[in-house]
Amino acid sequence: MSFGAAISLLLIAGGVFGAALVLTGARPGLARSRRLGLAGAAALAAAVALVIADLAGMGLLAGASEGAAPLLPLADWVDRAVDWLVTAYGDALRENISNPIVYAIGFFERFLYQSIAWPAMAVAFALFAYHASRKWTLALFVAVAFVLIWALQLWKPTMQTLSLISVSILVTALVGLPLGIAMGLSNRFRTAMMPVLDFMQTMPSFVYLIPVVMLFGLGTFSGVLATAVYAAPPLIRLTDLGLRLVDKEVMEAATAFGASRSQKLWRVQLPLALPNVMAGVNQSIMMALAMVVIASMIGVRGLGQEVFYGLQRQEPGTGFTAGLCIVLLAIVLDRITQAYGRRMQAHYQTGAY
Amino acid sequence: MVERSATKIEIPKIELRGVTKIFGDRPAKMLPMVEAGASKEDLLEKTGHTLGLRDVSLTIMQGQTFVVMGLSGSGKSTLIRHLNRLIDPTAGQVLVDGEDIMALDEKALTAFRRARMAMVFQRFGLFPHRTVLENISFGLDLQASGRAAREDSRARAREWVSTVGLDGYEDSYPHALSGGMQQRVGLARALAMDTDILLMDEAFSALDPLIRRDMQDQLIELQSRLKKTIVFITHDLDEALRLGDRIAILKDGEIVQVGSGEEILTAPATDYVAEFVEDVNRGRVLTAGRVKLDCAVVTSTEAPAAALTRAGNGELQITYVVDANGKLLGAVTGSRMRRAIAENTASMESLVEPVQTATADMVLEDVLPLTLKGDLPVAVVDGQGRVQGMLSRRSIIAALAETAGVAKPGH
Repeated sequence: MSFGAAISLLLIAGGVFGAALVLTGARPGLARSRRLGLAGAAALAAAVALVIADLAGMGLLAGASEGAAPLLPLADWVDRAVDWLVTAYGDALRENISNPIVYAIGFFERFLYQSIAWPAMAVAFALFAYHASRKWTLALFVAVAFVLIWALQLWKPTMQTLSLISVSILVTALVGLPLGIAMGLSNRFRTAMMPVLDFMQTMPSFVYLIPVVMLFGLGTFSGVLATAVYAAPPLIRLTDLGLRLVDKEVMEAATAFGASRSQKLWRVQLPLALPNVMAGVNQSIMMALAMVVIASMIGVRGLGQEVFYGLQRQEPGTGFTAGLCIVLLAIVLDRITQAYGRRMQAHYQTGAY
Repeated sequence: MVERSATKIEIPKIELRGVTKIFGDRPAKMLPMVEAGASKEDLLEKTGHTLGLRDVSLTIMQGQTFVVMGLSGSGKSTLIRHLNRLIDPTAGQVLVDGEDIMALDEKALTAFRRARMAMVFQRFGLFPHRTVLENISFGLDLQASGRAAREDSRARAREWVSTVGLDGYEDSYPHALSGGMQQRVGLARALAMDTDILLMDEAFSALDPLIRRDMQDQLIELQSRLKKTIVFITHDLDEALRLGDRIAILKDGEIVQVGSGEEILTAPATDYVAEFVEDVNRGRVLTAGRVKLDCAVVTSTEAPAAALTRAGNGELQITYVVDANGKLLGAVTGSRMRRAIAENTASMESLVEPVQTATADMVLEDVLPLTLKGDLPVAVVDGQGRVQGMLSRRSIIAALAETAGVAKPGH
């Protein structure tokens, strides 16, 4: 056995020893010496098993070898699963889900940049900002930002991006809110969802672009789907958090006065969770904006595409101006949604919330 | 507060039978251990489970203000939450009007909570997103379907706004109100439910002493009109004695003593209770009836010599004089009687001096000033003016100065 193999053996046996200690520690009333004995026995058994397996030629203790087929062919399984999904349901999915949404987005896009004159959009957003914040400074900033975007000749891609984000957030909200509420109400569902959310948030987005593109092809719908998946976790998490942060005594009061489950949810929990839900919407919008450039790689039109062009053609200016528009759009949406969130809790700010 | 007249027929309203509550992952499995008498500390150390209540049995009568008192961690909040099943017991029964509420399913339980008991919370538990009026009508709104019904519940809520003195604040949000006003909202919200049972979980504990006193007065006043069954939780013994017709003292999840304030003060069941009641203002709790001394009574027609014999040779050589119907006329001192005998006065009537009177249910704090109005001891009389005993300054001070541990109930 080589030096490396011996180190590996020690590390694995040590790991088993530690795990056994932790596991036996969870059971109360087990004497310390007995726990140590049990853990030691487990570690020894693991070491013996490893050596036998190594001698039998499984190579567990050898360093990584290249080129050999993996012991666990997970990649193959995923490939086959996606292939099956594409052949079995690809057409149906495209026709029934993807096409109508693509059509809707196209319509919305054209509505934003063709039907409405840009100054009208700027004024509308400025009014929107004023309504949310009651601050004319924010309204002015929004108007200036829109003028700047127009002046940069990036109005059309900006509106395309805005429409993509709007639709994505709509999808996110339709899926995310019920999931968040379910998590807030059920501990069991929450336990099940946590790893799923971690997966969604940490898995690099390129990874799930691959099956999405295979299923729905390059284009807007794949972009919406990828964006929605990426943007959903904060909304789900903050909805869950908002429901759970509602004061315990307030919930007890609702129960004591004879509120049914749904009455508690609709009349007490959700209204009180609203500021957190709004924070979730805000975070989701920011996440969606972060996906814009990545989505452009699968053929989504808009500002991301401009940035991508800049990269491909080595035009730093093109990249910068498009990037600037993304930033402006982000600030505008962020300030407006935050202001709405604040207004929602203005009524009942007690310090406890 | 004083025990109500003993003639009233008492109907059990709420009964707890052997209620045990264990908090933890597997409470039912720990039950045998608790029943075998394992201590709270033992249970926590060995199993990680917390003992909330151990074998609590209580009967709360209709119309009573029943106070459960104990320090933090004694399980009193756990106890009150069993009454409307905000917490379910690990073992035991909870009966309301003889009905086992553990048998209720979710729907019946909701209906039960709406119709039978309302609750006031320590930190108020108001809905921050609802106005004062909307808070008060919350419970009513839950049962109202349609616009007309909702209007009706708002109108009923509005009546309670003025009862608790919150006129003009109907449309304020709770955060804009002071603590005392917030708890008035909490109280009105509970009263608006029009239930015959009111649960109050440390309802006044979060308030300033002055406002607390104010709220206690208001509760006493309301209770004298509404005659609800009130279960009141507190850690403040003065509050317990002031409000409670009966008081249960809870320690480590177990009932240590149940009784009237006076009983607990004068005959503490354990050292723990004795220690507890040590610092209490006894003058506010002990009644004239309990500490009164025996006294001599003669009718006005008797001769002074006979009266003097009756008065005895005690420190207070005094006898009360009553008319033929037993109604108190006044008192005569020993020296006066002796002088009358010497002067051969035939009738007592001319010797009588007026005296102050007190009823048996007056607390000593209120009797004491009466003893300062004259030199003669205060006569304790019943509703018809018949003499039952007397109270001298000395006897009152002696009763006040007695320490709880050695006190004996003095009938």
